[in-house]
Amino acid sequence: MTEVVATNETILVVGGGISGMTAALEAAETGKQVVLVEKRPYLGGRVSQLYKYFPKLCFPTCGLEINQRRAKMNPNLRVLTMAEVTGLKGEKGNYTATVRISPRYINGNCTACGDCEKAVSSEFDDEYNYGLGKRKGAYLPYRMAHPAQYVLDPRLIGTPEAEQAKAACKYGAVDLDMKEENIDFPCGAVIWATGWQPYDAAKIQPYGYDRFPNVITSVEFERLADPQGPTGGKLVRPSDGKEAKKVAFIQCAGSRDRNHLLHCSRICCMASLKQCTYVADAWGAEADVSVYYIDLRAIDRFEDFYAKVRGIEQVKFIKSKPASIVADKEGNPVVHGVDTEGYNRFADSFDLVVLAIGMEPSVDQASFPVDIVLNREGFIEADEANGGVFAAGCASDALDVNRAVQHATGAALRAIQVVHGAAGVEV
Amino acid sequence: MSDLNTAMVERYRTNFLKEVEANVEEGEWVKMCMQCGVCSGSCPLGKFWAHPPQEIFMMIRAGKREEVLSSDAMWMCTSCYNCIVRCPRELPITHIMHGLATYAKRLGLVPQNQPTARFAQMFWDNLMKKGRVNELKLGLALYFMNGFGEGVKTALKKQKLGMNMMKTGRMNPMEILGGHAVKDLSGFQKVIQKAQDLEDARIAQHGARQGA
Repeated sequence: MTEVVATNETILVVGGGISGMTAALEAAETGKQVVLVEKRPYLGGRVSQLYKYFPKLCFPTCGLEINQRRAKMNPNLRVLTMAEVTGLKGEKGNYTATVRISPRYINGNCTACGDCEKAVSSEFDDEYNYGLGKRKGAYLPYRMAHPAQYVLDPRLIGTPEAEQAKAACKYGAVDLDMKEENIDFPCGAVIWATGWQPYDAAKIQPYGYDRFPNVITSVEFERLADPQGPTGGKLVRPSDGKEAKKVAFIQCAGSRDRNHLLHCSRICCMASLKQCTYVADAWGAEADVSVYYIDLRAIDRFEDFYAKVRGIEQVKFIKSKPASIVADKEGNPVVHGVDTEGYNRFADSFDLVVLAIGMEPSVDQASFPVDIVLNREGFIEADEANGGVFAAGCASDALDVNRAVQHATGAALRAIQVVHGAAGVEV
Repeated sequence: MSDLNTAMVERYRTNFLKEVEANVEEGEWVKMCMQCGVCSGSCPLGKFWAHPPQEIFMMIRAGKREEVLSSDAMWMCTSCYNCIVRCPRELPITHIMHGLATYAKRLGLVPQNQPTARFAQMFWDNLMKKGRVNELKLGLALYFMNGFGEGVKTALKKQKLGMNMMKTGRMNPMEILGGHAVKDLSGFQKVIQKAQDLEDARIAQHGARQGA
C-alpha cells in the first residue's frame, strides 16, 4: 500500500509537466510539504517530447535534468506517478484529496537495466512519440525518464510475456500482483497544472489530417526531428519514408477559429519558425519551406527570431489561410488557397504538410473533481470562488514554456499563502 | 446612373463601408473580415470571377465603390455555403454577396448582360405573375435566353428528360397555357407591394439625408 504523509499544510500539485514540476519544486524548496501527482509514468510532460526550445534552439533535456535533480534531492517532495486525482472535498486550507494509482507492475527495485524489455516481444503504439513509432510491452517511456523505472503495459498482464518479463528480472522488480490503489490524504491548497493537449486535427476537415498520412501536426514533427524519435531525427514523411525536403507549415490550425478554438494559441507561430530551422538545417540548400499564415505573432523579444528565420533563403512566407489540402497520385499533399497579397490562387505540392496545431486545455469542466471557474476557452480563471485551488501554466491559458514556468512560480506563492494561513501564521 | 445612386454617393461620399453597413443585408459584418483568405480559396467558382469575397471586403473598406457595385463577383455566387462553413469568424459571406447584388441592382449598377442577373430577373418576373414559379415556362425561357437557335438546340437535347418528367407527373404540359396560381393571387401581390413600399421608404430615407 502506498503511504502518503500529509497534513492540511501540505500542497497538492496535480500534473507533473514543466509547470507542475516548477510549482512543486518552488514550494518544496521553501520548506513546504508537497505531493506531486502525475498521470504519466514519468515527469516532464509535453516538454519532454520537444526537440528544441525557441528562441535559443537549446534542448529541453537540459532544464528537465536540472528539475529532475532538484526533485531527487528534496525531502519535502513526494511524487506519485501513474496517479490521478479523482476526488477533492473540503475547503481552502482543509481539503481531502482522493488519488487513484494505476499499477506499474514494476517496483522500486528496478535498475532500468532493460532485461524485461528484451524478454518480451509484443509492440504497442508509442505514446511518447504520439503514436508515430512502436514500443515494447515492457518499456522505459523515454531515455531520460524520471523516475528511471520501467513500466509493464497492462495489456501484457495475464499473458505468458508478463511471466517472461518477470523471469528475466534479476532484481525481483516485476510484481504482477500489483493492484490499483485509491488513497485519501489531506492538503491545504491545490495547484492545478494539468496543462494542454493538441487540438484534434481531424476536426479541421478540409485539411484531411485523418485522410492523408503526409499531413501531420507540429507536435508530431517535433518527434520526427528528435534524434531520440521514431525516425532517429531524419525528416522523412510517414507514408513512404521519402525525405521531407519541401515542407509546408499551416498556421492557426484550429486556433482563432470560431468553428474550433476561439483563442490564439500563442506558441504556434514561434513553434513553426523554430521548425523551419529544423528543415533548413537538415537539407541545406535543398530545403524548400513555405509558411502559410494569417499574421505572424512573434511577440516582443521573439521578433529577433522571426527576423532571423525570415533571412533564411529557403523559407517563404505566404499570407493566406489555406482553404483545403488534397493529395495527388504520389501521395504529395497539395495545398489550395488564395493569398492576401495579390489575391493569387495557388495549388502548391509538398512532401509533407505540418499543421501548427492549437492548444486546448487537457481537462474539461466535467472531468474536474471539484467545482471550478473556467473561462469560455476552457482555461481555469483566477477566481475567488476557486478557494484554495490555483491554476499553474497551460491549465490557465495558452502559454509557452517560459511564461508557463513564471506562472507556475506565482501559483506556488499563492498556495504557500494559503497553507501559511492554515498553519495560523500571520500573513 | 439612377437618382438613388447619386443620392447615395452624396450621402456616403467618403465612407463606402458605412454605406454598405447601412444598406446591404448583413453588411455590418464586412468590418469583421480578417483577410485570411479561406473563403476565396474555398469558392468552387472562384477562378471564374474578378474579385473573390476576401478582395470584395477589402475593396469595400478601401472605398472602391464603383468597382465593387459594378463587379460581377456577387452575381457568380452559387450559394454553396462553403465560405460560410469555413470562415473562422463566422461571417455570413454568401448572404453578404447576395445583399451586395441586391443593392447593386437597386442602384442600377449591375453589369450589362450579366447572365445570372438576367436569370434572376426572369425568375422574379415569372414568380410575380402567379405567385408561384411556373417551371415549364421558366425552363423554356432559360433555354431561349441566348437566342432562338440555341434555345431549340437545348430543348431538343433535354427532350428525353422532359418526357420522363411528364411521365412521372413531375411536369404538366398544360402549364404552358398560363399555369395555375396561388389561392389568393391579389393578396399575394398586395403583400409584395407592401414589402416593396417599406423597403423603398427605408432606402429613400437613407439616401435623402445629406452628409454623414
